Amino acid sequence: MSSTTDMGAGRAQIAARTLRTDRWWLPPLLNFAGLGAWVLYATVRAFMQNWYFVPEYNYLTPFYSPCVSNGCVEQAAHLGRFVPDVWFLPYALISLPFLLLFRLTCYYYRKAYYRAFWGSPPACAVAEPHGKYTGETRFPLILQNLHRYFYYAAALISILNTYDAVIAFIKSDGSFGLGLGNIIIVANVVLLWAYTASCHSCRSIIGGRLNHFSKHPLRYRAWGFVTKLNGKHMQLAWATLASLAITDAYIMCVSAGWISDLRIVG
Amino acid sequence: MSHWHHFRVWRGDSSEGDLVDYPVEVNEGEVVLDIIHRLQQTEANDLAVRWNCKAGKCGSCSVEINGKPRLACMTRMSTFADDEVVTVTPLRTFPVIRDLVTDVEFNYVKAREVPAFAPPEGVAPGEYRMQQIDVERSQEFRKCIECYLCQNTCHAVRDHEENKAAFSGPRYLMRIAELDMHPLDAADRKDSAQDDHGLGYCNITKCCTEVCPEHIKITDNALIPMKERVVDRKYDPIVWLGNKLFRR
Repeated sequence: MSSTTDMGAGRAQIAARTLRTDRWWLPPLLNFAGLGAWVLYATVRAFMQNWYFVPEYNYLTPFYSPCVSNGCVEQAAHLGRFVPDVWFLPYALISLPFLLLFRLTCYYYRKAYYRAFWGSPPACAVAEPHGKYTGETRFPLILQNLHRYFYYAAALISILNTYDAVIAFIKSDGSFGLGLGNIIIVANVVLLWAYTASCHSCRSIIGGRLNHFSKHPLRYRAWGFVTKLNGKHMQLAWATLASLAITDAYIMCVSAGWISDLRIVG
Repeated sequence: MSHWHHFRVWRGDSSEGDLVDYPVEVNEGEVVLDIIHRLQQTEANDLAVRWNCKAGKCGSCSVEINGKPRLACMTRMSTFADDEVVTVTPLRTFPVIRDLVTDVEFNYVKAREVPAFAPPEGVAPGEYRMQQIDVERSQEFRKCIECYLCQNTCHAVRDHEENKAAFSGPRYLMRIAELDMHPLDAADRKDSAQDDHGLGYCNITKCCTEVCPEHIKITDNALIPMKERVVDRKYDPIVWLGNKLFRR
């Protein structure tokens, strides 16, 4: 029983879980649907092991970067192929787990899924359904404190994504090419960098941990920039989910031959 | 221009109580506290309510209006439809004394548990010198009016009375963050934030930020930075290795 409706603590005796009259249930419902749909799509694509690369234009989907499985097309395997080609191992085995953990421990997503999936709380001033709450004080949720290490990994993976975006301008015959796919891939990489740079851990590392900004003027300026980006962290979190899915879906469609890439140059 | 509005006000004490219906006249430009005062003057002379400044600066008139923790003096009646029932209850996290007045002693206890500002050795009062950019970050936290809406809405204690002993709540974790960021504070507050004040109970669902009448970004600017400072201290393997190797 929630203490909100428990009369034992001398609180006002109100039996209702909440007296809110607005649609407080809508944001958690939308988050549940949005995050659930994305996780479903990403899981299917990560294990599909097909339609992840367009050899002609060097388009590689971020869900398969870096492609390190023995099953990868050689042209797409920039870091070599060393992971067994079995159905239960994603081709991007060395990046996907870190990206998943980076998002899972992200301060914004934590808010979103604690509310939407665990109801802790479902919304402000709405009693949660759980009888006990220890927050992030003990295992496993105390591991949320490892967010910054997944941030370091995500920053390294963003460098790989940037490399993928650059070499996608070079076609398989070595000539320069520009298509709609390039624009989508570059937009995705820009958003990924913005999301990574807006991370709360990044804000702390850059300057938040300092007590004397006056002694570190460059870090102070960088902290100010990251602080501005950090204010848009939620929007960037959703924008990158969308851009990742759009980029992957576009490359899948071109790779499968369902559509042809809209070419601007070459 | 005035109209009649349907109010429901919780009346009672810690042993019993219920919502009581009142039809009440509302004039243009009024706030919920005005209506509560009108009820006191007309239909409910013994209605208890705590208030003081009527300007959103004293933090006294914290109540819950249609289930949302708010200041009664800053909630305009024009934000409700004419036919909308307005329900006013006391804060639901603290023991009720009577009607809309609660006992907020929990917050005073937690305030006393936070060690005061500790200047460095050899620096006497009057000799404190700081750069503006070093203190302006924590000046945001000084806007707090101690209304306790954040303490009231935090589900860690609102829904779990048993956590009150271990968790100081957002207002006092913000105070710890303010002192930890202070350029002249010499006390070490990182371990204490987690071990003594329950920083880990915060699951950053941001309700404290949503209800703050001063619009202080409690979660983003105080609680998360404090969590990150604790990570620096307790969970950073590079720092841990350095401490082991160099016995710092």
